[in-house]
Amino acid sequence: MGYNCVVLIKQVPDTKKITGDVMNDDGTVKRSALPAIFNPEDLNALELALEIKDRFGGHITVITMGLPAASAVLRDSLFRGADEAILVTDRRCAASDTLATSYILSCAVKKLDYDIVLCGRQAIDGDTAQVGPQLAEKLGVTQITYVEELIGLDGSTITAQRNIGNGWQQVKAELPVLVTVMGVANEPRVAAAKMMMKYKKALTPFEVEGKIKAENREAGEADIKELAEHKCSKLVEKGLLIKQWDLDVLEADLDWCGQSGSPTKVHRIQSVVLAAKESKEVEPNAKGISDMIHELIEEKTIA
Amino acid sequence: MIEVNRKGEVWVFAEQHNGQLEDTPIELMSKARHLADILGVQLAAAVLGDNVKELAGKMIHYGADKVYLVDDPLLGVYQTNSYAKVIYDLIHKYEPQIVLYGATTAGRDLAPRIASATKAGLTADCTDLQIGDHETVKDKKVHKNLLFQIRPAFGGNIVATIINLARWPQMATVREGVMPAPEADTKRSGKIIEEKAALSRQDLPLEILEEHKRPKKVDLKASRIIVAGGAGVGSKDNFKLIWDLANCLGAAPAATRAAVDLGFIDHDHQVGQTGTTVRPSLYIAVGISGAIQHQAGMSQSQKIVAINNDPDAPILNIAHYKIVGDLNEVVPIMIKSIKEKGIKD
Repeated sequence: MGYNCVVLIKQVPDTKKITGDVMNDDGTVKRSALPAIFNPEDLNALELALEIKDRFGGHITVITMGLPAASAVLRDSLFRGADEAILVTDRRCAASDTLATSYILSCAVKKLDYDIVLCGRQAIDGDTAQVGPQLAEKLGVTQITYVEELIGLDGSTITAQRNIGNGWQQVKAELPVLVTVMGVANEPRVAAAKMMMKYKKALTPFEVEGKIKAENREAGEADIKELAEHKCSKLVEKGLLIKQWDLDVLEADLDWCGQSGSPTKVHRIQSVVLAAKESKEVEPNAKGISDMIHELIEEKTIA
Repeated sequence: MIEVNRKGEVWVFAEQHNGQLEDTPIELMSKARHLADILGVQLAAAVLGDNVKELAGKMIHYGADKVYLVDDPLLGVYQTNSYAKVIYDLIHKYEPQIVLYGATTAGRDLAPRIASATKAGLTADCTDLQIGDHETVKDKKVHKNLLFQIRPAFGGNIVATIINLARWPQMATVREGVMPAPEADTKRSGKIIEEKAALSRQDLPLEILEEHKRPKKVDLKASRIIVAGGAGVGSKDNFKLIWDLANCLGAAPAATRAAVDLGFIDHDHQVGQTGTTVRPSLYIAVGISGAIQHQAGMSQSQKIVAINNDPDAPILNIAHYKIVGDLNEVVPIMIKSIKEKGIKD
């Protein structure tokens, strides 16, 4: 037995660390000024996949779509126990909204064998929780969102407990399914030292090329390419090459990717500056506070 | 996806469970009514369920001109696929220009599935909706009367206005508690259009084994006065100050995410972006620095009192009454002062 799990993860700016310093004057955020982290609930999705593998066996593939630097979260997944990692990266993915993103990811997932697709409930940069359900629709599989607990797997069905806002329900569905996982579902394990030793050398072809360029500053383009190819094939032998797929590899229809694939557009971005229209300073003593309470009673704010 | 349809109606998905309408679609009705009036089109509600005809009448009382009623035993319990299929079919039959959903658990489960199937745009968790014009940068073309879908992003640090130029309907989910619910007008009348659901068992892939409702411990949205504590309160024991102040005002005790994460109080009491959005008459913020995520959930309070020992705490910028001082001294003085005035004991 055993289950093929595909976990979709995202590298996100740590929005908890936002201060005035990282805002541009036009109200946009300097993404580069924020630390890039593993989206928290995607760690819970990965942990659930690892628990499934621990209990039933199987194979875990982790996919992320993003800039070449997003390979960091893929390596982190390998440190924690994932078997295989794939970076989906392509300039033509830029400006994708959730619909285009789910289309691109569906092209990647369709290239794999899967029983269970796992996503975090939502990412902290957008908080939309849309890519999971949209991906499920594109794959034509049943979705189980807001999963709090995996109850069981019996070869052909999954049973899980999901949050329904004002309570919970336990549902059973035939595989394959897509689940979105909540933070309460589990406590993500930390990276294993042994895995770190093994996978810290795992690289994407993009990173291999960058490294070779840095090491051979005098070399011509053709030489660099040859050296990179050689290095990549060596990494493949050792199981240390992180796959890198672009839209051509995915055989994606470009009309549905990036800007042209995204029905939603940004009309305007504003930074949030809230201020009270009129405000009073109240002395922190009996007189000041008593006067304030008196005013609030007079205007019937306090009944 | 449907083409741009200027004559299309404005729709609200009237989410219900066990014959009970959710609050959020009701809250949406006054705003949706306003949008439909600006556009000069009808406002319709989509009511799906088993034996829910009565709810169609209610949605008319809340402002709908029309209700699309799909009454079928297979819709008795919400499931993503069955509900998505029925709404997908309705959208392609009637081509509304706007479809709105509550950003409830079910709404956020359902709307993206429909958006993906229709290949239309969807904006999550809007806090406001407006009608406006957009000029595209490239060709200077002005697109008139689009739905402005306004939502916080980046953890609430920015507010983004999202539009959908071409692949309609324009769809959005709207946060709970951000719009005041309209009064029901029982004299209003409207048209009920009954539609059949084209469903089979295959559209119900889930077997629902067990379900437990957990009533909320506190109804923050219904509270006129809220006393909220933050991490600055210091400890669960000290959080008793918040309860005491709330009790003497007949108020609901609330908290920031930080205070909830520290275990001072249960999550049901959390105000903010990942908690409840409130708009009480009076909000007393105690030991709350005022992270933007928290402000997103309470900035629409009519009066805000903030107590903080840090004069630079952002919460003081939005407070009507700023008290810079030690909460352990200020709160007991407030309690004493309120009791002396004999407001409520």
